[in-house]
Amino acid sequence: MAEIAITNLKKNFGEFVAVRDSTFTVKDGEFFCLLGPSGCGKTTTLRMIAGLELPTEGEIRLGGNDVTFKRASERDIAFVFQLFALYPHMNVSANIGFPLKCDGLPSAEIKRRVEETATILRITSLLDKPVSGLSGGDRQRVALGRAIVRQPMAFLMDEPLGALDSEFRHVMCGELRALHNRLKATTVYVTHDQLEAMSMADVIAVMNNGVVEQLASPREIYDRPATMFVADFIGSPSMNFVDARAGLAIGSTSLRIGDEDITIPAMRESISENDLALGVRPEQVTLKAEGGLRGEVFGVEYLGTTQIVTVTTSHGIVKARIGADQHAALGETVGLSFRPDKISIFDKASGRALKSVLHEGAAHG
Amino acid sequence: MADVQLHSVSKSFGSTKAVQSLSLDIADGEFLVLLGPTGAGKTTLLRLVAGLEKPDTGSIALGGIDATHLPPAARDVTFVFQQYSLYPHLTVFENLAFPLRSPVRALDETTIRNRVNDVARLLKIEDKLGNAATRLSGGQMQRVAIGRALVRSPACYLMDEPLSSLDAKLRGELRVELKRIQAELGSTILYVTHDQIEAMTLSTRIGVMDEGHLVQVGTPREIYTDPINMYVASRLGMPAINFVPVSTFPALAAPASATIMGLRTEHLSIKKGRGGEGEGAGTVRWIEHLGDQNHVHITLDGQDIVTLSDPDSDVQQGDSVTITPTHPLYFDKHGLRVRN
Repeated sequence: MAEIAITNLKKNFGEFVAVRDSTFTVKDGEFFCLLGPSGCGKTTTLRMIAGLELPTEGEIRLGGNDVTFKRASERDIAFVFQLFALYPHMNVSANIGFPLKCDGLPSAEIKRRVEETATILRITSLLDKPVSGLSGGDRQRVALGRAIVRQPMAFLMDEPLGALDSEFRHVMCGELRALHNRLKATTVYVTHDQLEAMSMADVIAVMNNGVVEQLASPREIYDRPATMFVADFIGSPSMNFVDARAGLAIGSTSLRIGDEDITIPAMRESISENDLALGVRPEQVTLKAEGGLRGEVFGVEYLGTTQIVTVTTSHGIVKARIGADQHAALGETVGLSFRPDKISIFDKASGRALKSVLHEGAAHG
Repeated sequence: MADVQLHSVSKSFGSTKAVQSLSLDIADGEFLVLLGPTGAGKTTLLRLVAGLEKPDTGSIALGGIDATHLPPAARDVTFVFQQYSLYPHLTVFENLAFPLRSPVRALDETTIRNRVNDVARLLKIEDKLGNAATRLSGGQMQRVAIGRALVRSPACYLMDEPLSSLDAKLRGELRVELKRIQAELGSTILYVTHDQIEAMTLSTRIGVMDEGHLVQVGTPREIYTDPINMYVASRLGMPAINFVPVSTFPALAAPASATIMGLRTEHLSIKKGRGGEGEGAGTVRWIEHLGDQNHVHITLDGQDIVTLSDPDSDVQQGDSVTITPTHPLYFDKHGLRVRN
């Protein structure tokens, strides 16, 4: 197992800049997620780590060694793809053992390692079965087995759960994370599914247009998004942005929106009068009959334990996640209040989160 | 628009019984969502209604007329597939107009133009009408595919996971739009998905399917709060419902025939520290921060249970906790609901 250090990595495809100056380190034993929409450069980054693409500029170190221009086969890593390419004519055991057979290991050693891998993945009972009859989940477990059996320095995974049912995906997430806890293998995992990233990763790098917009723990990214892009990309429904036109001084604890003064975390930087966005998560919004930012209930989505209430205001649409037992009726006028300590303020022009009591912790921690 | 009636419909493929003696009435203007995992028979049912498959037994009526033996073209339905198949050489306008240009309809150009413009406005793609169909984002292409179904006013729309190939954000947006459009048009929609959030948010009623059987039909609230068995209970809810033996809580008076207790987040309260004899003593194994939801994994009497954490709760990993069920769901040894 090893650390992966990326320095000033760039990749151009002709005129198109896929990755623009990325620098980050994946610590030994860390579960690291590259998260972003399609076309953000996450897969290109992963393929450069794997050696399937050569960088235009920059350096990649694996376990301290410079591997930037080494062939994929000379890097001690295992790659798991979204489309699990299993050999259809071989059984599970032969599929898992195949990489070792290629390396010319003695068959007794192959057998031992295949059995050990099957035990880790809890698929021992499948070893003699043909792969063609397996369910999607079991096929993906076999594909993982083929990666694990090699005992590489790092695992690279490109949306390995993308082809599975949404419900089953969450089960596999739990399984993958438990597997990681047992193996403690350095893992770089690419996905566009924020739930996968949130539930498994130690560290998430949120990418957009070839740039890492934020690099932090899942909780940090959720509670203290560095940019409006990150705030919008993470969370379901995503963060609400309420429009405001105001200036803020250092120490300000309120922002005027319409006729309402909304309490916000104390500012740690000032900004002259500007277009701002007040960012608040749906579960930090509450509805009340009197007062608050007024709006009309436009949609109610019942989800069992909770419901999502969509409210249109003259400053933008706000979604609230509230208990399913609370009252909310279409067409009704309601007031919105926001939990003050969880509010982020963004400069709309740059999309950057302004420094406040909430966000200063992010800079230091 | 019209109602759809299925009466004892069965369909087998070789030894696989895809749909088994299924009866279902879909009311005019209803949004009925069939929910179930892969292989439950949802898509087969949709294809039977469309006429793409013939039932082995049973009958299908559209708008009160027996359609069991009608070919697909003679049935007044439209189908939206998971993979949007647009005509790549045509513009968005021509893709939308295509179903109206069928010689059997013989509509004049003004009518066609009006219908296409109406639908494009509904789907917010009116500024894309002149674009080539291939020069659209995934979400726009899927909207065109849905629009191509909407330009006709069939007895029933059939939709097979139309949103599943889209990313989470877009899916959320189109979900709201589809619901709005359905309400505006008063359309009858039969919609298939394995996504419980789509089922909960879109449907007038949900039909839960399991291995070719329609297990329960009801409003989202009925299905969620009043499931008839453990299978239905486990289909809805994030995190999924927890099942524990009733013996876990000896202090609780369970109905006589109940062996299993189903606990969702709203069925249990968590207190820090150890309670008295017979109360549920658990240990917090792990707190999974998913952002909008934090899942607390608790080991209780040797079993794992998962619940949503209270946002203001200070419960931490390793804490000893006491769990008190409130109005749990009870099930007997066959998995059937026991009402108390």
